[in-house]
Amino acid sequence: MEPLEIAERLKERFPDEVLDVREFRGQVSVTLRKGKIVEIGRFLHDEPDLYFDYLVDLCGADYLGKKDVRFEVVYHLYSIKHRHALRIKAEVPENDARIDSVMPVWIGVNWHERECYDMYGIVFAGHPDLRRVLLPEDWEGYPLRKDYPLKGPAQEWSGFLDVLDRSKKYKQYEWQG
Amino acid sequence: MEDIEKPFETKELTISMGPQHPATHGVLRLLLTLQGENVIKCTPHVGYLHRGIEKLGENKTYFAALPLTDRLDYISSMNNNVGYVVAVEKLFGIEAPERAKYIRTILAEMGRLSSHIVWLGTHVLDIGATTPFLHAMVAREKILDLFEMICGARLTVSFPRVGGIRNDISQEFLDQLYAFVLDFPSKMDDYETLVTENRIWKERTVDIGIISLEEAVNWGLTGGTLRGSGSDYDVRKYFPYDAYDKVDFDVPVGKNGDCYDRYLVRVGEMRQAIRIIKQCIENLPAGPVMADAPKFTLPPKDMVLKDMEHLIHQFILITKGPTVPEGEIYVGSEVPKGELGFYFVSDGTGKPYRMRVRSPSFVHASALPRLCEGGLIADVIANIGTIDIVLGECDR
Repeated sequence: MEPLEIAERLKERFPDEVLDVREFRGQVSVTLRKGKIVEIGRFLHDEPDLYFDYLVDLCGADYLGKKDVRFEVVYHLYSIKHRHALRIKAEVPENDARIDSVMPVWIGVNWHERECYDMYGIVFAGHPDLRRVLLPEDWEGYPLRKDYPLKGPAQEWSGFLDVLDRSKKYKQYEWQG
Repeated sequence: MEDIEKPFETKELTISMGPQHPATHGVLRLLLTLQGENVIKCTPHVGYLHRGIEKLGENKTYFAALPLTDRLDYISSMNNNVGYVVAVEKLFGIEAPERAKYIRTILAEMGRLSSHIVWLGTHVLDIGATTPFLHAMVAREKILDLFEMICGARLTVSFPRVGGIRNDISQEFLDQLYAFVLDFPSKMDDYETLVTENRIWKERTVDIGIISLEEAVNWGLTGGTLRGSGSDYDVRKYFPYDAYDKVDFDVPVGKNGDCYDRYLVRVGEMRQAIRIIKQCIENLPAGPVMADAPKFTLPPKDMVLKDMEHLIHQFILITKGPTVPEGEIYVGSEVPKGELGFYFVSDGTGKPYRMRVRSPSFVHASALPRLCEGGLIADVIANIGTIDIVLGECDR
């Protein structure tokens, strides 16, 4: 199926949810409200002539000062059987940075959602194990947000300071014996 | 006597495997809960190699971010480079000339060979066979020597460029590569004699870590790990880039989805890589190796050193970047580990507003609990080897 046709199908089925459909270089992205994301995912996954069985990727994006709604969660979907692709994007406002987890539909999204939480602070409701995945558990801040400094936080991470302290302590010993 | 008849009491034991463990292929830490020898729970911990490549990429121009992709999967950096430039070319709307496409295909397949050789060597080494590792590394040295010949670097090559490749390759390189390609299948036979029908090998891999096709797709597995379960999804066939639509090759597919089938698939891929390289060398067209799109490609280096206009042009492109159409794009490419995808959001400036790397190793590592739980602790090692992860790509 052509991606624009799929977007039309989606619009027909969820007229209130679809906000925008855009095409760029043959790839179609559909912007959605975040409320019914699991229902939409299930529809895209289960419908026999759509059958998006493979969730390629999930990631966040921060449009600080560029768009009215700050965050977006981007899903790249592909159907190996029908060989068509679609990108859906859910808008997530800053003051309510929560969205439902689509793990019931695509289980492989597990770590992608954890990474999105890790990097953007978007909470995925219903995720069974929502912890930071790449950064230490006690890290402060969300690095991929646009207002996070590139060179890192002003205050060094406490775990690193611990290591420095310990190395200072070990220097007191004479290891040669 | 009564004591002996009573079953042994076992209690749960939690051990930490890694991050400094030779069989975890880098700095992967697995928290294993064991009941005797059985794995009840497996929790992978990653992130030890996180360098923030996405954040860095968003603060560099499209040209300057290329060397970052070398550091993703450091075993096959050529494939990452090719994947990156293919994605950026599609965003810019330019196309590399035929010769550059063929050469990039050759180089990508060489990268695939060298990566699969490391995978083969370390995977069998983990399970207990030392000999194939030593033999395979000899062949890998030859590939790295050939890389060194064209660009001076052996591992972090950064050789492809947006719009083509850095410089043309020499006849000497092609001759040596062709000789290697003719010779390599016999070496493959040697490795396979040592491993494929080996009884110990089969006992350690057949019916270990089985994952069905539906489940594998649902988990988002790609590459050899998915094809071992019976899917023929290969980005080179489904979304042909570079010269893959002009060469003839098969996609090896497994059946049972166990470690052994994944092994057979990857070994088959090595033979196909040889086929692709051979065809590309035989049909290599003549012509330029850089696209004629001065607004989007770097000027030739020898002109930059001689001519003021080219120098200014190079300076502007590197510091400010090109003027890119606004939009967003996702382009995947088949690297040895699976599907490596780049997602760019362009806001019209010379830097990507959002650069996302979809790395196969990250997804494969997340599926480890699914493969390991319920099995034996010895099979954990087999499973780590078979999904073929590189932690540099997983942690980005």
